[in-house]
Amino acid sequence: MPEKRSSLVQVNTVILHTAALLLLPLQILFSVFLLLRGHDEPGGGFIAGLVATGAVALYLFAHGVESTRRILRFEPQEFLGLGLLFGLASALIGPLVGEPFFTAQWYTLYLGGNTEVKLSTVLLFDVGVYFTVLGALLMVVISLTEAED
Amino acid sequence: MLTAVLSGFALAILAPWLTGLFKDRIGWLLALLPLGLTAYFISHVPAVSNGQVVLQSWDWLPGLGINLSFMLDGLSLLFALLISFIGTFILIYAGSYLRGHRYLGRFYAIILCFMASMLGVVLSDNLISLFVFWELTSITSYLLIGFDHEKNNARKYALQGLLVTFAGGLALMAGLIMLAMAGGGYQFSEILASDNDLLTSSFTVGMILCILLGAFTKSAQFPFHFWLPNAMAAPTPVSAYLHSATMVKAGVYLMARLNPALGEHPLWTTLLCSVGAFTMVLGAYRAYSATGIKKVLAYSTVMALGTLTMLIGIGTDHAMVAFASFLLAHSLYKGALFMVAGILDHSTGTKDLTLMGGLRRAMPLTVIAASVAGLSLAGLPPLFGFVAKEALFEAVLGAPWQGAALLVAAVGSSALLIAVAGSVAVKPFWGAPGDTPRVPHEAPLGMWLGPMVLAFTSLLFGLALYVPDTLLMGAAVTSVHGAPVDFHLSLWHGVNWPLILSFGSLIVGAILYALWRSSRAPLARVNERLSRFGPEAGYFCLMKGLVWVSEWQTRVLQNGLVRSYMIVLIMTTVLLTGYTLLSQHGLYITLEISDITFYEAGIALLMVASVGFVILTRSRLGAVATLGVLGFSVALIFILFSAPDLGITQILVETLTVILLVLVLFKLPGYSHYSKGYQVWRDSTVAVLFGLLVTLLMLSAFDVRYFESISSYFIQASYPEAHGRNIVNVILVDFRAMDTLGEIFVLSIAALGVFSMLKLRAEVPHDA
Repeated sequence: MPEKRSSLVQVNTVILHTAALLLLPLQILFSVFLLLRGHDEPGGGFIAGLVATGAVALYLFAHGVESTRRILRFEPQEFLGLGLLFGLASALIGPLVGEPFFTAQWYTLYLGGNTEVKLSTVLLFDVGVYFTVLGALLMVVISLTEAED
Repeated sequence: MLTAVLSGFALAILAPWLTGLFKDRIGWLLALLPLGLTAYFISHVPAVSNGQVVLQSWDWLPGLGINLSFMLDGLSLLFALLISFIGTFILIYAGSYLRGHRYLGRFYAIILCFMASMLGVVLSDNLISLFVFWELTSITSYLLIGFDHEKNNARKYALQGLLVTFAGGLALMAGLIMLAMAGGGYQFSEILASDNDLLTSSFTVGMILCILLGAFTKSAQFPFHFWLPNAMAAPTPVSAYLHSATMVKAGVYLMARLNPALGEHPLWTTLLCSVGAFTMVLGAYRAYSATGIKKVLAYSTVMALGTLTMLIGIGTDHAMVAFASFLLAHSLYKGALFMVAGILDHSTGTKDLTLMGGLRRAMPLTVIAASVAGLSLAGLPPLFGFVAKEALFEAVLGAPWQGAALLVAAVGSSALLIAVAGSVAVKPFWGAPGDTPRVPHEAPLGMWLGPMVLAFTSLLFGLALYVPDTLLMGAAVTSVHGAPVDFHLSLWHGVNWPLILSFGSLIVGAILYALWRSSRAPLARVNERLSRFGPEAGYFCLMKGLVWVSEWQTRVLQNGLVRSYMIVLIMTTVLLTGYTLLSQHGLYITLEISDITFYEAGIALLMVASVGFVILTRSRLGAVATLGVLGFSVALIFILFSAPDLGITQILVETLTVILLVLVLFKLPGYSHYSKGYQVWRDSTVAVLFGLLVTLLMLSAFDVRYFESISSYFIQASYPEAHGRNIVNVILVDFRAMDTLGEIFVLSIAALGVFSMLKLRAEVPHDA
């Protein structure tokens, strides 16, 4: 059923097209928001990664694989590798400062006023989870889209 | 010492890049590392020879008693010096030997990793880190034997070496854990110094057997010796380094290390003496009967390893001295001879000794190195090999167990070895010019330097015996024996039994050498007959059996039908869990239904209804949508019971499932019923059983509390210790971050699996 498949990959409706364009940045922003708040409120790397994947998938349905690859700039595998690298790196910071493997390290940045930013290896780890989830799912979604019978 | 071990790994990472940068001079550059390490270890010689033991430790997994801790005593120092000193020349040699090779960078990366792992083995004070380094040497050995991976033999024998040493490695791990249990700790230094009597523990026999299995496979003792000659498929620098001077001695090292603790056990003595002596004789005989120069040297290495094992087994003062001197002598001359073998192979184009002859004119420098090393191998004065041989005879003469048999074995092997020395160091260079495929020429500096230096070190050690005696061996002998031994090596002891035996073996050896040429054909016939019953035939039988079993189980269990995988998995779970539930716990169900609200009940009913619809529907889209209903109902339940994270995750996963289904929906075959009548019944039975099990499990779990729930700890510790208020997230990324790390790796592997199934099709041959 070749006709059906091509229509599946790229749906030519103006509404979806435009909506996807507008929704993509919002959804990505939302996923980053979920990622950053995850330590205190519902959210976290896994959930944020799923949201980001959903965003990209929506764009993919509207604009096709070529265009999606263009806006991603990197191969999904590279997100995957980056995520694992972050995960491992966050574990290795502990030994570097002389504490056991995976010991969380916290650094608080004080910006003006009452604003403070908590930076931590835990956040780095969560970012790693985010990228791994994003990379893994995008790999599956993009491979499935491009797959021939 | 951590730096000393890790620097090899660090340089290994850079090696491919440096190789591209420095091309032909790379060997000289990389050799600076082992040279520096040699200097570093030499700087410890004065302290260690005075009886000091250097201990250093870094925490690794302190909770499990696993540390990166290092111990430098006499034995470790002797090995570390051999590894780094010989390694220096091997790296230089390899640069010339593999000049311009496409994978030279890869080669250096692996061999540097090997060097670092080997140093790790001999310096580790911790049993677990020793084991890790031990396995790393096996892996790097595998990669190096199979370096010419386009050759079938290289791949086959690389795998053989790997399987044999890994099988032993598994046993070794069990043995080391038993050792730690009996010895009360994972540190060698603690075990050897502790008062725990290892010999009276209830699992001493099992422990000794397991450890020896590991050591014997690694050090190529009969009946596991066959992998070592086959490992000669590796490039010659590898054979010289791994398979004669260092890696194969790891087993010997371990036995020597544990000798003070286990040496008194009769099983230890018996096994080491008998297996060692048999391996020694077998190796010497096979070395004599082989014709390929690398095979000859490989079997003579087997002989040397057998000798070392036997000497540890004998266990007297003299045996310990003989052990240390034989170890040193062997590493020096065998490393040199292997490199000579590589030169001969390179410049004549053959490994066959019967074709070589009269090369001394073409290769004046190689002949010097070969002769000196050969004299040491034959055990002639004033080479260090002579001292080692005298010490060996002296030790065997005083052997407390089966002395006469061991003496005959030792003298016989020495005689054979003299003939072997003739065949590798005299035969190729003297006499009538042979008929070699290439016109012989002298090797470049990088190639003859190594054998020359090693051979002349043998000579120097023989002439200036106080150098190896006091500086290197004294402390090593003490470590192996467990108590200081007073000894002095000398070339001339006066006329005594060892000298007479030496002389006798020399005469027999000379006669055997004279018979060398004429004995080729008959010996080859004998060996062929014997090999049919040898352990290698057993190995191949075992491999065939393994393949047969895995084919059978693949046909039965992994037949490609997802349905049968599911049945196997689910029924296994049902039977094991169900049995455990009924036998360990029994069914006590207290069901309290009064506090169920109407909307909870509504959701539950919706779920049951949607499951029923999924089973009965004849439309795929309907089934998918109904599964979605099910998923969202579950999400609702999560939210109702205040688990927002789980709820969100569930909703997102449902959404993504829809996306994935949209992608595959059109590619799936038409929706129809494939199950025949009885299959429907079987499948539904399995499904109902599983549902029943889970339900019963949940209901029984309600009022069981074997131990305090951990959730209160998480609730309390989450903010003060992990600075997070979202406990689910804190558990995921902090308390149980290791699990999450594992999970994201699993996720990645799954994604790679999907990717490779969809993208990487098997290449269809174009001309088929």
